Amino acid sequence: MIAWSDDVFAALKSFEVRQVAYVPDGGHERLIRLAQDDSAIRAVSLTTEEEGVALLAGGWLGGQRGVLLMQSSGIGNCVNMLSLTRICRFPLLALVTMRGEFAEFNPWQVPMGAATESVLRLTDMQVLRADSPHEASEVVLAAARMTFLGGTATAVLLSQRLVGAKVFVE
Amino acid sequence: MSALLERRAVVARVLAGRQDLAVVSGLGAATYDVAAAGDHDRNFYLWGAMGGAAMIGLGLALAQPGIPVLVITGDGEMLMGLGGFATISVQRPGNLSLLILDNELYEETGAQPTHTALGVDLAAVARACGIDDARVIRAIDGVDEFAARARRLGNAPAVAVVKIGPSDAQKVLPSRDGAWIKTRMRRSFGLSDP
Repeated sequence: MIAWSDDVFAALKSFEVRQVAYVPDGGHERLIRLAQDDSAIRAVSLTTEEEGVALLAGGWLGGQRGVLLMQSSGIGNCVNMLSLTRICRFPLLALVTMRGEFAEFNPWQVPMGAATESVLRLTDMQVLRADSPHEASEVVLAAARMTFLGGTATAVLLSQRLVGAKVFVE
Repeated sequence: MSALLERRAVVARVLAGRQDLAVVSGLGAATYDVAAAGDHDRNFYLWGAMGGAAMIGLGLALAQPGIPVLVITGDGEMLMGLGGFATISVQRPGNLSLLILDNELYEETGAQPTHTALGVDLAAVARACGIDDARVIRAIDGVDEFAARARRLGNAPAVAVVKIGPSDAQKVLPSRDGAWIKTRMRRSFGLSDP
């Protein structure tokens, strides 16, 4: 888990990402810490994911690239704010850790997890997916290229198999 | 009690002699008010994305720390993004100010009362989130004082809730081409397309 997070962070750094907005998820734990510890990056903790869509739009207006880290349940919170991304053609890059799929214990995560990819496509986001730790940084690099060089808003779904299903112990 | 302030006069006064100030306007009447004060390369008008104005201002302020950024929005728009007060407080940008035009109404959609008509105090919410400089303005002198603050770089964000009366001002409609408005503002900072 540490290795893929480090590789993904290096990928983001290679594209000069300066704002890392996040709603925490266990899968993003190390990536968030790396962002917080990097003096060239502003790590912005959000109260809800749609704040991040708006924040990064403002960041781009001012000339900084950013990335939004969240889990799949947050995609539902973003739907109307993604009209900002589409209508203004903001280069939004989102890394979405998946819940509600491979080995999910908590059924409450399943409805949004199952709908995540469809919702993203409905809102005109392009969707890439990484299923194993080995491909995570390669997929993030591809998405960053599409987003920042091509101007195409892109989400990377980091599968629950990659991240590891959350363990619930009574 | 003095008469309530008039929204167009407030916004015109805040934006007169604005210099390098960058402005984000919340959808609806705030966008028309900012347009009425004069179109500008550094106006980013929202026609949607309700609840997002303050956070767009935060992203811009963090990316351009040497430029004062002013978000001008309505009470209803701010109520939809209340969490933004908390996020802005934690980031503490000294170049971000929020001007909330509070008519206590959703005037655009039939003048239904907002929460601020019924006891919710947006300046107190901002202060409770840790934004110490959060004031309620009822007189034009206070508007001038806040305008001077908004054009300066400070050490922390500032919030002003300006109590305004109902308005029948004619709509002034700026461009709805969001991509163009975006590119225009970026060019004002010397930024090119990707």
